[in-house]
Amino acid sequence: MFQIRIHGRGGQGVVTATEMLSVAAFEEGRHAQAFPSFGSERTGAPVVAFCRIDDKDIRLREPIMEPDALIIQDPTLLHQIDVFAGLKPDGYVLLNTHHSFDALGLGDLFKGRKAERFCTLPATQLALKHIGRPIPNAPLLAGFAALSDIIKLESVVKAINKKFSGKVADGNVAAATEAYNIVKEKMKEFADA
Amino acid sequence: MLKQTEGSKAVAEAVALCRPEVICAYPISPQTHIVEALGEMVKAGELTPCEFINVESEFAAMSVAIGSSAAGARSYTATASQGLLFMVEAVYNASGLGLPIVMTVANRAIGAPINIWNDHSDSLSQRDSGWMQLFAETNQEAVDLHIQAFRLAEELSMPVMVCMDGFILTHAFERVDIPSQEQVDAYLPPFDPRQVLDPKEPISIGAMVGPEAFMEVKYLAHAKQMQALELIPQLAAEFKQTFGRDSGGLVRTYRADDAETMIVAMGSVLGTIKDVVDEMRAEGHKIGVLGIISYRPFPLAQVRAALLNCKRFVVLEKSLAVGMGGIVATDVRMAVTGTGLRGFTAIAGLGGRSIPKASLHKLFRQAEKEELEPVTFVDLDWDAVNKQLERERQNRHSGPIAENILHDKGIVSAKFG
Repeated sequence: MFQIRIHGRGGQGVVTATEMLSVAAFEEGRHAQAFPSFGSERTGAPVVAFCRIDDKDIRLREPIMEPDALIIQDPTLLHQIDVFAGLKPDGYVLLNTHHSFDALGLGDLFKGRKAERFCTLPATQLALKHIGRPIPNAPLLAGFAALSDIIKLESVVKAINKKFSGKVADGNVAAATEAYNIVKEKMKEFADA
Repeated sequence: MLKQTEGSKAVAEAVALCRPEVICAYPISPQTHIVEALGEMVKAGELTPCEFINVESEFAAMSVAIGSSAAGARSYTATASQGLLFMVEAVYNASGLGLPIVMTVANRAIGAPINIWNDHSDSLSQRDSGWMQLFAETNQEAVDLHIQAFRLAEELSMPVMVCMDGFILTHAFERVDIPSQEQVDAYLPPFDPRQVLDPKEPISIGAMVGPEAFMEVKYLAHAKQMQALELIPQLAAEFKQTFGRDSGGLVRTYRADDAETMIVAMGSVLGTIKDVVDEMRAEGHKIGVLGIISYRPFPLAQVRAALLNCKRFVVLEKSLAVGMGGIVATDVRMAVTGTGLRGFTAIAGLGGRSIPKASLHKLFRQAEKEELEPVTFVDLDWDAVNKQLERERQNRHSGPIAENILHDKGIVSAKFG
């Protein structure tokens, strides 16, 4: 079982992101369970949502306390809550920022971990460019697909097209595709370095 | 059709497939998405003929459902928590009058302190209301139980609550197989009411009944639930024939054959329990599970049969009878009267406290060694409790408990996660 925790703020679409991720996994014939952290959703407040992916029925109902991957939609959360709590030693981290981990003072995060599994992505900028709104979901999910290979880009695109239609869907697909390519390029640079 | 969808949405689709003719709706979290989705279907003309009535309260929701059901319309509503409590007088009337209303209860705690999260206090407060209560383990089972509930309700002319864990199921996206309209039509015939208000053949429903007949009417309500003990397994078997799935029934066991320790529970926590039991089985522990689907009627004989060969059992429940202990546990212990079995009660998950595997591993291992107290409060913060008790000993004017506990824990507002 692969467990993903998404951190963001109310209004950024954290819950929708996990739902779309579960739909993407479902499109690949896998079992997936997405659920929010069950609260009154308030714009701007820290929000957590979860997604499990497995090849068999998922029965577990506890919150994800030891994630295999973290997607962080808002870097300002790093000062507010311990988003990295419980992250597995070989876990993935995708952070929505146009800065580098070092620039954010997070260089220490890699210690004892697989640095190639950490990636930043300017998802909000990509969303503004392609969708016209600062909703970083689609690029982050595509970036996660590129980083982890847990799901395919085409499945993320399918999930986008199930959730949205018309221009909004097209914009999200464009943002997702560019995000996927950016992360793949970063991974190649890392491997070559 | 297999789809990845939200529990509430799946239940709304299942209810629509049952062709309800009147849906009464008053919003309360966590059931709101269900009636919202049904409202959209009615407005879009996808569910017809059906009247969607926005009522002014939960009391009105059940009152309107009583009226529409008495007029011969298949009637549905959904609620939770304080909403269920607010409609209680009408809840008893619906069952007392023998009206086959189906209601989803998206299980949620009861305040005060105000809390929107999941436990089973709301449905269980209506234990003796005369409604049947079926508990879903998964969203698939929630879908399937709604379809069975209309059959059950209408065959017995008694109302049914389908209980599903609020948020944990209602807000979870997971794989659900939504049946076709043809399948549901084949399983669920049109509503043929045993009693109906019809101006052409006027009758009254709801007479005042004095001591000369009240007990007989009440006994017949009990007799109908005893009939349900036979009907529920039949409906589940027929459901399997039509839909090809095991869903519903009275109880369900898991890895119970040679189990020395049995864990008894209701609802979605059974999933986490099964995962823990698999892990413990892999280490050689003889442990199994008994899931109760039908809480009312309570299947005493089936519970007894399922526990007869174990040495001890734990009833893990998301409810608390204050001043007593377990609610489900009381019924389970009644079922095993005279067997000499050791029974333990574990209260867990109140007000949405998560029930992690780690806590269950610890609890079940203690149970195996029979080291548990008769009633255990899983993951209770004893330091916080003792601090408040000490405060009350020290200070006559110790103030409100909830605010004191929040202050001690350094919480300014409820945490989401």
